[in-house]
Amino acid sequence: MNIPYTVEERPDSGLANGKLGIWLFLASEVMLFGALFSTYIILRTGASEWPHGELNVWLGMANTFILIASSVTMVMAWASLKLNDWGKHRLYLIATFVLAGIFLVNKYFEYSSHWTRGELPSRSTFLAIYFTLTGLHGLHILGGMIVMAYFIGPGASLWKRNPDQFANRIEYTGLYWHFVDLVWIFLFPVLYLL
Amino acid sequence: MDKTEIHPGGERVHVDAHAHAEHHEELGWWRTYVFSQDHKVIGIQYAFTGLFFLLFGFTLMMIMRWQLAYPGRPIPLIGQWFGQDRAPMGIMLPEFYNQLGAMHGTIMVFLGVVPLAVGGFGNFVMPLQIGAPDMAFPKINMASYWVYFLGGVTMLASFFQRWDHGVGAAQSGWTSYPPLAVIAPGQTLWLVGMIFLITSSLLGSVNFITTIVQLRAKGLSYMRMPFFVWAQFVTAFLLLLAFPPLEAAGVLQLMDRLAGTSFFMPSGLVVSGKPMLIAGEGNPLLWQHLFWFLAHPEVYVLILPGMGIVSEIIANNTRKPLWGYKALVYSVTFLGFMSFIVWAHHMFMTGMGTTMSAFFQTTTMIISIPSVVILTALLLSLWGASIRFTTPMLFALAFIPMFGIGGLTGLPLGLAPADIHLHDTYYVIGHFHYVVAPGTIFAMFAGIYYWFPKATGRKMNEMLGAIHFWGSFICINIVFMPMFIQGLGGMNRRMYDGGMQYAHNKELLKYNLIIGIAAWSLGLFQLPFIVNFLGSIKWGALVDKNPWEATTLEWSAPSPPGHGNFLTEPIVYRGPYEYSVPGSAKDFTPQFEPERA
Repeated sequence: MNIPYTVEERPDSGLANGKLGIWLFLASEVMLFGALFSTYIILRTGASEWPHGELNVWLGMANTFILIASSVTMVMAWASLKLNDWGKHRLYLIATFVLAGIFLVNKYFEYSSHWTRGELPSRSTFLAIYFTLTGLHGLHILGGMIVMAYFIGPGASLWKRNPDQFANRIEYTGLYWHFVDLVWIFLFPVLYLL
Repeated sequence: MDKTEIHPGGERVHVDAHAHAEHHEELGWWRTYVFSQDHKVIGIQYAFTGLFFLLFGFTLMMIMRWQLAYPGRPIPLIGQWFGQDRAPMGIMLPEFYNQLGAMHGTIMVFLGVVPLAVGGFGNFVMPLQIGAPDMAFPKINMASYWVYFLGGVTMLASFFQRWDHGVGAAQSGWTSYPPLAVIAPGQTLWLVGMIFLITSSLLGSVNFITTIVQLRAKGLSYMRMPFFVWAQFVTAFLLLLAFPPLEAAGVLQLMDRLAGTSFFMPSGLVVSGKPMLIAGEGNPLLWQHLFWFLAHPEVYVLILPGMGIVSEIIANNTRKPLWGYKALVYSVTFLGFMSFIVWAHHMFMTGMGTTMSAFFQTTTMIISIPSVVILTALLLSLWGASIRFTTPMLFALAFIPMFGIGGLTGLPLGLAPADIHLHDTYYVIGHFHYVVAPGTIFAMFAGIYYWFPKATGRKMNEMLGAIHFWGSFICINIVFMPMFIQGLGGMNRRMYDGGMQYAHNKELLKYNLIIGIAAWSLGLFQLPFIVNFLGSIKWGALVDKNPWEATTLEWSAPSPPGHGNFLTEPIVYRGPYEYSVPGSAKDFTPQFEPERA
């Protein structure tokens, strides 16, 4: 038994199964983070005072640039596949993985500096929503890294057997990665600047 | 290789060994029946698990009904098993009553009806009806079932936990309103279980939508899809987009419980005379918004698959096309959109102001229009038909007035002035149980009797089916009809003795005994079903491909269908309900039958 349209596009929808699947998944992710951003708005409008300058803007800014850079390398990883350049693809995919790792290391330093100062989630609703939003976002980064590690490691052999399917999978990973990046681009100003 | 081999479905098919060799691997027992990726096996796993949880959730209610019928009397037979923490000397503690109530709601909705309606029927029937070999993502489909299973185990385990602020399962109702839910025992495992269930439904809904968009057979345009597929399509969108906010809310409530945050905890909260040592400044209403943003669309998740099943069965047993197929499709789509903007009609009592309440009252009145259109179309489909009163048709016919009662009694609840009187009374319980119990669950029974021959190759017994139907139909009405009287009289829905201390309940409490007896009888009338269901797997009358003389694609596959479903690629030539076509030799013209030249 073969399931149709796993690699090629269905003519009337113009999509392969995986691409529709990943977009639907991202739609639900929009609802998840949408609910959390709404929570932020309701908590902030209901608060008697909202703290400013508790977060390290420079660290946050550095992380923003790191994630944007990783989005670029992710696109390059996919584009090199389309150009049939396996060596460049490896280079860019590993670069994306490393950048994601650096983001998490930065986040670790940020979190631990809060903890040592006793700034725990239970101290205020600001810290609560800060830790929840960035924590869930961090889990999404980690999830992306696991997927990338799979395609760097055991998943890479698919390229020999079915290059089109492999390129599609990298494309879907990329779509997810850009979404995670986009969430951070909202998170950074909302939590660090406003 | 032998030229004839047994298809996994039991049919002997002649295969060309050479062409077949590229794609044939023998799966072991575990991969075939337990960790299967075949949509039919997964559908059956979902259905069995869902039916188990329906019975379990119903049992919880039968135990609660003892306490309401005979407050403070020891529970007979099983009372001594519950132990000192729940029912000392067999007498139910209020905490235990609250656990049973919260878990009854949670189990029926999230572990019983939705998995059976969407996971069971959706998985088994939908790919067959659109002529697909399987779901678009079989591995994700398997993962979806097992994540659901984990969620179910977590919920069951919560009855036995002793570390989470006290003993036993969640006690704050299936809606889990904070601040109570944040400080009450047992809630942590409830939240973890819910996160599993939400993840499972996310995996399922992505799969359903992709399958319907991508894997329809040649010739099956959207407007030729059976209405059941449309219902599943809209349901999948509701699950996809409405569940994530509850996942967010679940994470936030978990943070409140485990990390001591104050998302839902207001300032200055005093519990049992002691001020709570928390930061405060949170918003309890935020939970209600996030919860009902899911839970109102969830109501349509409960009812739409039922409507889909009933439509299939009515078309088949009236031997007529469904009346107003297009109107049905447009209504169900419109209903799906509207269901996202009615949620705050559950919150009229929160003091949200007249502008907000005017908005939500208006949208609530508007959403009743497509529901009425659907029900009217089903009713008019009966007009002038020579009806076949098969067991599935009995249940499908009962669905129409039962859902009608449930729907119409909802209108006063959607209007703030009436809702202020009726809120949190037994009227509400009567209303939504008419929608879900004799509504959806009857539709589920109809579907089981209808598609059982497709799943097993055998038919269920009609006599036992009739006993099951008439017994259930009478008992279930005696259970829920008196609740309208109790609710109009002002009886609160959450009192563990029914509210004996209130004078206005004096004349209303006597109905609890009648309801109790009817509920236990309803339990007894499920025995013919269980016997019939399990017995027919082995001893039911053998049937061929199309025992009901139906028109949709699933009846062109062998019964039961083998791996990959169809022996030849199905092609669709016409709409789904071409019954009694004038000039045709027989009274049904299936979608898969080529035009005669």
